[in-house]
Amino acid sequence: MDFKDTPEQAKFRKTCRDWLEKNAKLKTGFEKNEFANIDFLQVAKEWQKKKYDAGWAMLHWPKEFGGIGASAIERIIWAEEESKFNVPKGIFEIGLGMAGPVMMEYATEEQKARYLPAMAEGKEIWCQLFSEPSAGSDVAGLRSKAVKDGDNWIINGQKVWTSGAHFSDYGILVVRHDPNLEKHKGMTFFFLDMKSPGVEVKPIKQITGGSSFNEVYFTDVVVPDSQRLGEVGDGWKVAITTLMNERLAVGDANGADVEDAFRWAKKQDDSGEPLINNKSVRSSIADWYCEANGLKNTKLRTMSALSRGETPGPEASITKIVSANKLQNIGAFGMDSLDMAGMLKTDDPEIQSFQNAWLGAPGLRIAGGTDEILKNIIAERVLGLPQDARADKGMPYKDIPSGNS
Amino acid sequence: MNLDFSEDQKFLQSEAKKFLEKEESVKRSRKVLEGTGSFDNDLWQKIIELGWTGIRIPEEYEGLGLGHLELCVIAEELGRHLAPVPFSSSVYLFTEAVIKYGSEELKKEILPKLVTGEVVGTIAVTEDFLAPTNNNIKTEVSNDLISGTKIAVPDCEAATHSIIVCKSSRGIDLRLVDLSCKEVSINQVENIDGSRGHYSLEMKQVPSALIGDEGNGWILYESIINQGAVLFSFEQIGGSQAALDMAVNYANERYAFGKPIGSYQGIKHKLADMYVALTLAKSNSYYAAWALSSESSDLPVAAATARVSATKAYELCSKENIQTHGGNGYTWEYDCHLFYKRSKLLSLNIGSLANWKEKLVSNLEQSNIN
Repeated sequence: MDFKDTPEQAKFRKTCRDWLEKNAKLKTGFEKNEFANIDFLQVAKEWQKKKYDAGWAMLHWPKEFGGIGASAIERIIWAEEESKFNVPKGIFEIGLGMAGPVMMEYATEEQKARYLPAMAEGKEIWCQLFSEPSAGSDVAGLRSKAVKDGDNWIINGQKVWTSGAHFSDYGILVVRHDPNLEKHKGMTFFFLDMKSPGVEVKPIKQITGGSSFNEVYFTDVVVPDSQRLGEVGDGWKVAITTLMNERLAVGDANGADVEDAFRWAKKQDDSGEPLINNKSVRSSIADWYCEANGLKNTKLRTMSALSRGETPGPEASITKIVSANKLQNIGAFGMDSLDMAGMLKTDDPEIQSFQNAWLGAPGLRIAGGTDEILKNIIAERVLGLPQDARADKGMPYKDIPSGNS
Repeated sequence: MNLDFSEDQKFLQSEAKKFLEKEESVKRSRKVLEGTGSFDNDLWQKIIELGWTGIRIPEEYEGLGLGHLELCVIAEELGRHLAPVPFSSSVYLFTEAVIKYGSEELKKEILPKLVTGEVVGTIAVTEDFLAPTNNNIKTEVSNDLISGTKIAVPDCEAATHSIIVCKSSRGIDLRLVDLSCKEVSINQVENIDGSRGHYSLEMKQVPSALIGDEGNGWILYESIINQGAVLFSFEQIGGSQAALDMAVNYANERYAFGKPIGSYQGIKHKLADMYVALTLAKSNSYYAAWALSSESSDLPVAAATARVSATKAYELCSKENIQTHGGNGYTWEYDCHLFYKRSKLLSLNIGSLANWKEKLVSNLEQSNIN
């Protein structure tokens, strides 16, 4: 056991680090609002372009699409080093993490040459159009439809929870081409221009008051058959590729963590004593420290396997369940520690970080697979328990009961 | 980057697993529980023959001279198979204490005998129905003679020697006593997990030898159980994995309402929670193993983190294993209770969950994670 890089890894880490030091600022602590009053999208695009020009944007991609053909472990080393710097986050992750791999696997060579470099460069932003009002955890229950019309398909229906649709140029889309088939068999996968006539994007106001995702309506939207990814009827298989990538992309929750709770507890007053002297607070901090480090060390085990060129075990599947719940608990702890004043909005960045954690965590426990769906996945795919009986098994999609949604 | 055991260590682990399966260690544990003794001497002798009691003892003292990582993988298998032997008391605590704090003379005398099993050790600290601290130890030493009463001393049926945590004129001392001397009276006390025994020691003017510096014993004791906590954690994750495996098997085989109970989300989510707790504990134990084997200054925090996670994991896995088995799980006949009881024994033997959480947070305060 050791935590040393191999000589090659150390050399690679230094190359990452040297470039980052020249082009970005190291994090120092509470600079979370540095990007608050500027055109964030513009700043994010400029950063992405800088990375692209140096080969860091999608480093594991081949050179022709703007990468440097990096290995899995090199990708992690880059991400580790980049995370130490204060750089804009949250605009390109879905496009690059989910649309990118699907295009790489299913698009034609011409399409890849046309779209992938522009995606990596940040010139064009992509979103993912999967969930629907009546198809959330059971995303295969989607009903937006595609009807063949010569060399085109005509799309009608509605998607929901589409992150970044309001600033996206393209989207990947799964729709139903035949409601007479079983639900998993009647779907087909496309990509489309978000500026196509008939596409309407409406932001959804979240419980935070902000809007990072949208409803997207399709009214007679024309998509050329050449933009189909995979065969007609392979929509679910293609979607699964994306969902697998989503599980890797939506991992550790950002926001207040045990270090923040600990620092806060040492300075916050609790009836004339530091809050850290309170036994129940000490017990909670111990629990969060064990969870935070359990995740950190789990990641190190995953990296150890990758570093040896092996496929990691299933242990990383616990990440989102643990981190989103920890975030929610730490947010609540910070607010509770202020008693009645915990409800008040303030300019204090530490208090804000607890309130943001508490308001943001419910979304994280749902996005990219709810806690419950993730537990089903652990039970079925890791522990090998049988699938739940499915009431819609073998039924044509059109005959499946769908309640009043 | 390598937070994993080496191929040799994994091989040692798989050999240990095969051995304990072949010896039907879990069945032996039940036998001890149902009998009058408090360990399985036949299994213990076989373990000694395999050299496991001397894993960490340097070759100059006739041990195998291997590292802590080898001991960690053995500990995980002993936990998985509920081995009813005094290994944790004698190897994780007593032997480590002698290696770390014993005089050269003592090492020469005792370490080779720990390898051969001629000497088996334990540590006696608790005196009352509360957590021992450096302020509540009443057993006293004067002119090398110890008097006082210890309760809840693990594994004394097998032990020939014990380290006694006692009060001297200069503070707390660690002192070695020979349990065969006539001034010590040893009595078995009934405990909750009869597959590993607890004893009381009554000492009247018992001759003893100092281990480590006089008056500094509490710090040494803390350091011994910090090391021991890493090894206990591995025993605990081994037990957690066995309890989870048992629950998964039962959930696959047991039918209710026409299908396996493992297909219901009420059971699935319970088992997924067990997997999550176990994975956190395992990863934290791996890190603590690294900290122990590399003598990192992070050991006190790493050991407490592993210990808290592993205690939580084993308690969750063993109690929810009973729950998954329904009424069968509550019977004497099914093995579920063996894991439930062992999880509690391992969680209390070097101090409770609450105490380890407190140790973790006070170590964080000292190391100042910010």
